[in-house]
Amino acid sequence: MDTLVAQLQRQFRDYTISLSPGFFGFLDDQFTELKKLQDECSPDFVAEVVSLFFEDCEKLIGNMARALDQTGNVDFSLVGSSVHQLKGSSSSVGAKRVKGLCVTFKECCDSQNFEGCVRCLQQVDIEYKSLKAKLQDLFNLEQQIVQAGGRIPQVDI
Amino acid sequence: MAGEVPSLAESKLTALVVDDNLVNQSMHHKLLDRLGIKNDVVCNGQEAVDVHCSGRNYDLILMDMDMPVMNGIQATKKLREMGIESKIAGVTTRSKEEEKKEFMEAGLNDFQEKPLTISKLVSILHNLDFYVQT
Repeated sequence: MDTLVAQLQRQFRDYTISLSPGFFGFLDDQFTELKKLQDECSPDFVAEVVSLFFEDCEKLIGNMARALDQTGNVDFSLVGSSVHQLKGSSSSVGAKRVKGLCVTFKECCDSQNFEGCVRCLQQVDIEYKSLKAKLQDLFNLEQQIVQAGGRIPQVDI
Repeated sequence: MAGEVPSLAESKLTALVVDDNLVNQSMHHKLLDRLGIKNDVVCNGQEAVDVHCSGRNYDLILMDMDMPVMNGIQATKKLREMGIESKIAGVTTRSKEEEKKEFMEAGLNDFQEKPLTISKLVSILHNLDFYVQT
């Protein structure tokens, strides 16, 4: 019979793999690169960077929403600039789906497609919040493994 | 994994991260730290120029392209006009050839597309003769 640690480790492996490009595609291999930078000197590095990313998402989505709210006088280059920023930071943490949406969003900005921009904004908002919930679950699993006396398995995305 | 990452701590290299995005600042700072390269972080091209005006100098500058106040192209040109001979590596998500060309022509020594990774940073260091792979 599996120990609690072994069960949690298996759950962690399965959950991580479910986020990878071959499955739900929330994350890409840049997330593995991020994990490589976590060490004894900065044991919470991934959580800290991911937290900065989500703060960035909130701020930039707020900027985009305000710009799109200027009915009849939307500054698409301003929206595009925020989208470019979001694409940059999502790419840095391996947030594959958010980054993908930013590509479509930028195209809508460049072609001044208002409805397209509004749709993309809604999707980006949903997407980053989904990723936030997923990563919180992942971090919770890590904590449970450590609390049960186990080691967190290395799972590359 | 730790065994695969070279340490350049003995070479006492210094670097400056120039990027307006907090996520990228964190990543690039940590990437350099991991390779044993002491580094400072500034938020835009103007701050990069100001830090040099205050007398600081760095072996390597990681320069983002799109920044408020003064962007990477403007900052690179200005630093070169000031006679700064540090190696400057441009890092950006922009991928169009003409954009990369414009950035290189501003005075870069090397260029990498974001996101940066350990191996991309090692590649920059190798290209700029800071590190020889054995």
